[in-house]
Amino acid sequence: MKKKSNEIGMNRTGNASSPVDSKKMLENVDPNVSTAPRIEKSRISAVRTAYSENAAPVGSVPPPASVKGAITTGAQMLTGKNPAVFINKLGERLAFERTGTRLYQAVISRYDVLKATPGFPKLADLKKIHGDELAHFQMLWDSLVELGADPTVVTPGADLAGVESTGLLQVITDPRTRGAECLHSLLVAELADHDGWEMLIDLARSLGHDTLAGRFEKALQQEEMHLSSVRNWMTTIINNEAAA
Amino acid sequence: MSLDLRKEKGISLSDQKFDWKDLVRLPISKLNDDAFTRVRVILLNGIEADALRFKHICGRMNKELRPHLAKIRRVEHFQQTMVNWLLPPDQSPLETTIGYEQVAIEVTASVAQHEPNPYLAQVYRFGLLEDFDHMYRYSALMDRVEGKDPNNILQNYTDVIPGRPTAVEHRDPQDDLRDHYDRTNAHPLSKLHAVTIMSAEYQTHDYYMNIGPTFADPVARQLYAEIAAIEEQHVTQYESLSDPTESWLEKWLLHEATECYNYLSCASYESNPRIKSIWERFLDYEIGHIRYVSELFSKIERRDPAEVIPDSLPEPIKFESHRDFIRETLKNEVDLRTSGTQFIHKDQETPDSPSVIYRNQLNSKGIPSEIVADGYQWRPGTELKVYPKAA
Repeated sequence: MKKKSNEIGMNRTGNASSPVDSKKMLENVDPNVSTAPRIEKSRISAVRTAYSENAAPVGSVPPPASVKGAITTGAQMLTGKNPAVFINKLGERLAFERTGTRLYQAVISRYDVLKATPGFPKLADLKKIHGDELAHFQMLWDSLVELGADPTVVTPGADLAGVESTGLLQVITDPRTRGAECLHSLLVAELADHDGWEMLIDLARSLGHDTLAGRFEKALQQEEMHLSSVRNWMTTIINNEAAA
Repeated sequence: MSLDLRKEKGISLSDQKFDWKDLVRLPISKLNDDAFTRVRVILLNGIEADALRFKHICGRMNKELRPHLAKIRRVEHFQQTMVNWLLPPDQSPLETTIGYEQVAIEVTASVAQHEPNPYLAQVYRFGLLEDFDHMYRYSALMDRVEGKDPNNILQNYTDVIPGRPTAVEHRDPQDDLRDHYDRTNAHPLSKLHAVTIMSAEYQTHDYYMNIGPTFADPVARQLYAEIAAIEEQHVTQYESLSDPTESWLEKWLLHEATECYNYLSCASYESNPRIKSIWERFLDYEIGHIRYVSELFSKIERRDPAEVIPDSLPEPIKFESHRDFIRETLKNEVDLRTSGTQFIHKDQETPDSPSVIYRNQLNSKGIPSEIVADGYQWRPGTELKVYPKAA
């Protein structure tokens, strides 16, 4: 591992690195002219609105694969006026936990390099969180099956969670990123994960799925530990680096 | 740095080998490398992409050449891989787009100033002002949609102001054709220029066609659709500069010489030693290709390769800011339009000119490039930055 990311070096993106050329660029700028449009009245807004008005959603939630099967097992029954909402959110959590497992695997796979960052967590700590995420994924899979839903489906919420997570994986798998940078990616994931579980628990309770809500609460307790651990690791590293 | 193509041995084709680790190297730094290093990576990717494109089409038409084309094409596929994989993963498709337009502006500006044929030089200046406007439109998109400053990619080398408005660049297909050079008396540099700029524009078209649909925002999807259409026109324009009476082998030889010229140019200017060593290695590979194709040319066409390729390569493409030349060109030629293969002033267009009819139809339900850049003026950081009013 070579340099840290926050060392002084030849970053060329700012104007100060090209004093002559940046002055020439300013010859094109009238500082008295404000060009930023009022977004709600802009032509950009008009295009976005026109397309949005005619756009179908990104997809839909399929009907339960085996409602009859779910009833006969007696485990759970889909309740509520619109059970698709619950299935959609369960699918979203499932997708997020699966990607979350891969995020931790990516960090673990680079551990020999990342551990050089002073304050970086122990391998056993990362493996513990990885194990929790994997268990959450398994539990959600089983819950969907009990409800008669198909756990292999990509629900709209799952799809968009995948879009949101793309950048997190890019950061963690980039060979150039260092310990604190990877932990920041994990922090973003854990923050979203934490709130995702809270909402899912509320939804499960409101629909009368108390058994499921009980399982989800155990997961949330673990997620709270993950969030606080990642936050602490990151803070320690940043403070260490600033003081070094 | 000049190069005598007859004396240089290069690396023979049989010694041009790769492995996966060699091919997939650590990328350049978006933040720390010079913007012209990115420009060179993009340009050379375009040159290699066209090397493959040409050889595939040539192979479809020439059974006898197929084994030879396949052999060199495989090496060039790997050259393209190593070159294009130098782009870093933190560079978004829109940031890469800004890089593509910087190539189209600065490389074309260098070519336009060194082109010995006045008509061809005019063609390059004409196209340059259009890509210059694309930069302004994409910059507006970047600031307004991604919340980023395009100048972080441009590093102050290239102005971000309107050029010939993209809205008026839409032309009837016949108005995108140009007269070609004469293969029997054209200056060798004119031939190298034509292949270089055609290759760069072709990859730009293909890139926009591939990444346009990856954007969620309909404003971005529309803008890519619009500018990709101009890039298709530019390919039509630059493709028509080459003499169609050149034989397949003649064109092949010329393409290899163009590849040599581009690697030589890039090696001459490269500031990153790790990247420079790649350009130098591939220059030697290209010299090996020239030697191979020259033998084929002599054997099959019974002609001297010196009829086609220069003994020595001309002065390199200048990888530097051409701000003054571009500003001057903008001032003098922004109002040019075309009629067939000729350039006219916009006042000479009439309501029934084919290009006017064509563009009015395309623009009839809104013009993406106008919508995204409505009132946009680049300023450092973002247009959102408010400065104290001048006294």
